Amino acid sequence: MFNKILIANRGEIAVRVLRACREMGIAAVVVYSDVDRAALHVRKADEAYPIGAAAASESYLNIPKILDVAKRSGADAVHPGYGFLSENAKFAEACADAGVKFIGPTAVAMDAMGSKTRARQAMEKAGVPFVPGTSHGLESFDEAEKVAAKIGYPVMLKAAAGGGGKGMRLVHAPEQLKSALDAARSEAERSFGDSEVYLEKAIVNPRHIEVQVLADEHGNTVYLGERECSLQRRHQKVLEEAPSPIVDADMRHRMGEVAVRVAKAANYTNAGTVEFLVDQQKNFYFLEMNTRLQVEHPVTELITGLDLVHLQIRIAAGEKLPFTQNDVSIRSHAIECRIYAEDPDNNYFPSPGKITLLQEPSGPGIRIDSGMYEGWNVPIDYDPLLAKLIGYGTDRDQAIARLTRALNEYFVGGINTNIALFRRILRDADFRAGKLDTGFLDRMLKRTEDKPVDPRIAEVAAIAAGMFAALAATASAGNGVAGCGSQAAQDSKWKAASRREALR
Amino acid sequence: MLYDITIDGKNYRLDLNRVEGRWSCRLDGREVEVEAVLARADVLSLRIGDLAYEVKSERGANDLHLWVGNTRFAVELRDPRSLRGRSRAADDQGPRKITAPMPGKVVRLLVRKGDEVEAGAGVAVVEAMKMQNEIKSPKQGTVQKILVSEGAAVNAGDVLAIVE
Repeated sequence: MFNKILIANRGEIAVRVLRACREMGIAAVVVYSDVDRAALHVRKADEAYPIGAAAASESYLNIPKILDVAKRSGADAVHPGYGFLSENAKFAEACADAGVKFIGPTAVAMDAMGSKTRARQAMEKAGVPFVPGTSHGLESFDEAEKVAAKIGYPVMLKAAAGGGGKGMRLVHAPEQLKSALDAARSEAERSFGDSEVYLEKAIVNPRHIEVQVLADEHGNTVYLGERECSLQRRHQKVLEEAPSPIVDADMRHRMGEVAVRVAKAANYTNAGTVEFLVDQQKNFYFLEMNTRLQVEHPVTELITGLDLVHLQIRIAAGEKLPFTQNDVSIRSHAIECRIYAEDPDNNYFPSPGKITLLQEPSGPGIRIDSGMYEGWNVPIDYDPLLAKLIGYGTDRDQAIARLTRALNEYFVGGINTNIALFRRILRDADFRAGKLDTGFLDRMLKRTEDKPVDPRIAEVAAIAAGMFAALAATASAGNGVAGCGSQAAQDSKWKAASRREALR
Repeated sequence: MLYDITIDGKNYRLDLNRVEGRWSCRLDGREVEVEAVLARADVLSLRIGDLAYEVKSERGANDLHLWVGNTRFAVELRDPRSLRGRSRAADDQGPRKITAPMPGKVVRLLVRKGDEVEAGAGVAVVEAMKMQNEIKSPKQGTVQKILVSEGAAVNAGDVLAIVE
């Protein structure tokens, strides 16, 4: 087993990995950028090394600096978390060259999954289902017409060199095909200098469901059930749950088998996730493989009783998986909310700044993986994920009830967060019925919600506003009469204020 | 103490006094039975009659919000005897400042001085936390002034441009 692990990340995931290190008796080394000196992962670490400016390229993405810290600290392994260098094959290779174990797959496996065409070729050999279509450029309009008729409308035209929605056209009916093909081709030519366009079946309102896999370095690969990740905004996941409301034991088995085939075809080791699109008939199609620990890994941990970070570390240390596929059982239900520093009332603008007040929920069935604390200044330089709130229960309804209760306890003051968004999602009738797809959130947000304010509550706010002002005035006047309550903290605050006054 | 309080456009007059540790409270002339504990800074546990409320205070650079449970109220509070606290109503007439809603970097300016803009038209793009956000004009008019340049770092509330 390792003696010391370098965590090449920040935020809640750095804290998550740090906790695993503590539980396993492994020393934890962290790195931090100039704006992260006061970050939680630095406060909790055994050793902490500054690695440069706030810009990620100067710090968390800087391979030489991170390897230098590994060397100086004597760390024998590196955990990359997610994001930053976690899916960078060059980093994995550089670690191997430096004699530091990278806790994740090999550079070769990462490369195989990184390139979409190579991944598709490897997966086709392994018999993995793809969205039906042509795997080469369309020769002619005739061919397009034939293929489209065969796989059925609606179809999607996509630029072979494409990305970012350029050169893409959704075609609902045969009479639209000609003009759409011409438009997609000329747009592809203009955008990428390559007019090659292929065609595949358009999956309307798909679900996004992924399967967690774990593979040791001795050829054992298992799947740990699925996660439903259909609730997304701007292609960013917002809420995830496990198991998926639509996946039954048979479908879980079939998806799991495919996911294991994908991992084996790439000689994959450590933790990984195979993403699928699922259509309304519950057909699933391979999308891609994420070669890292996922943000949403806690929901899998809660329904399997396994600790994925512990297992990642054990696998990287050369241990065999301590269980087989038959030992894996799915119990209960877990839902994760990603708490972002953003303002739902203002078009989800990022909302960095100082956290003036933090009240975190607790109680039955609640887990929080957080990177924030009261008094901390959320920097503007990184992803706005502050924390993950996970609710679990014996079934989906209980998980929803606990999560709703916890969201009502959660308070982050001083900055804006999306906490209110989750209250709205959790009381949505379609969400409660498990009717989810990737368009769910956009549709929900288009509907404005009338929230009639109880006038009595507004009166409470008015009275409280006066009380806060009166208490502040008392405190600054320094007469120190503790008129409301007898809290020692409050007394001492007033005493401190009056002392300050007296010293002036 | 006498306070004029505006919440959601509704005005309240609050007369609040504390005598020997007990609050006496009149809201718009009506007597309200109230008792309170300051649980910690910015958190007040209130009892009004027998109903219990937790109220949290969130003080921004130039605004105040109170949370009663999950409901957030923008609060304006004035001491009627003080001249300082008088509020100015937001006005659709005349020049309007377009401010940065969060700290970040101006990555692009979408208008130039003298341009005509529609209400809701993009004026600048500010990047923060890896996200680019278009800042929109609150009203239709002419760009009177641009106060930042591309690449500039801005704080929340900084004026980016003025539209008249």
